[in-house]
Amino acid sequence: MAAIETEDLSKDFLVGFWRPRPYRALDRLTLSVGEGEVFGFLGPNGAGKSTTLKLLMQLLYPTGGTARILGRPVGDRSVKQRTGFLPENPYFYDHLTAEELLSYFARLFGLRGADARRRVSSVLDDVGIGSERRLRLRQYSKGMIQRVGLAQALLNEPDVVFLDEPMSGLDPLGRRHVRQIMLRLRDRGCTVFFSSHILSDAEALCSRVAILAQGRLVASGHLSEILAFELRGWELVVSHLSDEARAAIAPRVRSITALARGRFTIELPAEESPDRFLHELGSRGAQVVSLNPLRETLEDYFVQSVGAAESRQTGL
Amino acid sequence: MRSIALVAQAVFKESVRDRVPYSMVAFAVLIIAASYLISQLTAGQDMKILKDLGLAAIAVFGLLIAVFIGINLVSKEVERRSVFAVLAKPLSRSQFILGKYFGLALTLVVNLSVMTLAFYAVLLYVDLTTDALLKAAWPAPALDPRLVIAVVLIVAELMLVTAIALFFSTFSSPLLSALLTLGVWVAGHFNADLRNFEAVLDVRPVALLARAVYYLLPNLAPFNIRAEVVHGVPVPASQVALTLAYAAVYITILLLGAIAVFRRRDFK
Repeated sequence: MAAIETEDLSKDFLVGFWRPRPYRALDRLTLSVGEGEVFGFLGPNGAGKSTTLKLLMQLLYPTGGTARILGRPVGDRSVKQRTGFLPENPYFYDHLTAEELLSYFARLFGLRGADARRRVSSVLDDVGIGSERRLRLRQYSKGMIQRVGLAQALLNEPDVVFLDEPMSGLDPLGRRHVRQIMLRLRDRGCTVFFSSHILSDAEALCSRVAILAQGRLVASGHLSEILAFELRGWELVVSHLSDEARAAIAPRVRSITALARGRFTIELPAEESPDRFLHELGSRGAQVVSLNPLRETLEDYFVQSVGAAESRQTGL
Repeated sequence: MRSIALVAQAVFKESVRDRVPYSMVAFAVLIIAASYLISQLTAGQDMKILKDLGLAAIAVFGLLIAVFIGINLVSKEVERRSVFAVLAKPLSRSQFILGKYFGLALTLVVNLSVMTLAFYAVLLYVDLTTDALLKAAWPAPALDPRLVIAVVLIVAELMLVTAIALFFSTFSSPLLSALLTLGVWVAGHFNADLRNFEAVLDVRPVALLARAVYYLLPNLAPFNIRAEVVHGVPVPASQVALTLAYAAVYITILLLGAIAVFRRRDFK
């Protein structure tokens, strides 16, 4: 059974004050996410990612199509009991502490007394909220609120968790922490559906991704299918590169870029043999610092897919 | 039922920690205390002035609490998007609305109880320090239990106002909700004039429209029995019971309306 299924899911919003007309924010989205998958939902701003998540959380009602979570219609109480949701840029009650907020939510999930206290404490530990848990939320930084948001999404040990831009507002340590949490969720069989702008996170975490542009699904599939991982060339970092050596190699390389402290990055085409090139550079007195293959990244694929969708839209 | 109680509890906790109602209660208590000084300036009328000012302070500051917290209950949650995380929990939208309402009703009852206790403390002080001869001229005893009935009707009126604020805040911004609620409150106190509009303007369609508006708007005048209580005029129990029943029916209709609007609403 698929954990999340949508079929022709669409949403129109009325825009304009005097003569409201429908604006299609999501257009016939058909998706299926298997149980235990980490699924990346990617797209530029305004692509319809948050709209989709809100439709799945029944914060919006669809104009057309259907959506099911764990085989049941969205909004079903039994589904809510088994799902977690982190909204984009979450906001909670100013005058409650993190502990009180989570205790309130835990009781909405049916946890009581010592069980609720234990679960609240454990989930706050997991997201790295320490003694601050007894401070009122109005005193929290954006990153700390994001952690509380993540904690409340994981409170019920969900089978499916929806995270809208989970890395937003987090520092590099916080991002690494969230990535570890998501991998732990995957390891215990939880389905993670997350939207993100940060493609490196999607590349590191997801088994499958979908790319949305202007409300339409423009690509979806396993990363191994989407990215051919074909070699596009080589990237060399060298030092002690003389002006004569630069002039001699210039016609055979794609680019030479000066870095700090006398180092250069050289991009070689895929057909150039790196062994021969390294030998030649050595004979000209240059020292090789590093050599890396260049392959297609998710970012390249994203730019291509979204660019193509936008070109179709504008008719160019 | 448990979910409604949990939401109400969270609203109450959040509200009592907000400084706004605290400052309003403090200000009301200050005015009640100050009314003692004002009453000293009026020979023979001191007790009436004291009671009148005290009850008026409770009503006005209670109204401010009801409107300004009431409109924030839903519209601020939607505006700040805190509603997203809450509605993703196993909680229906109608339970959310009812929990919000009862949480604020509880806040109001607690705040008004504090004001009433302060009011009775001032009355007790005056009672203990006044000569028996002067007391004989009072239309009603200082610690008249009927004052509680007046406060109960103020609470009922404020619960009705809260339901109005909640209804408006399910579909409009906080500022607009406040203005609409205050507008209905003012109209609700003067809508007896609408009923007899044909006496003012003899145009039948206008008179019919005024009559329709009269039946649509809440009639808040019966909730004000302050003058009768202050002057020791008896208020029939049936009148109080009928007013409370009217409040209960009106509140139920408003809550059903708020739920109907909120259940269909999209949260962008």
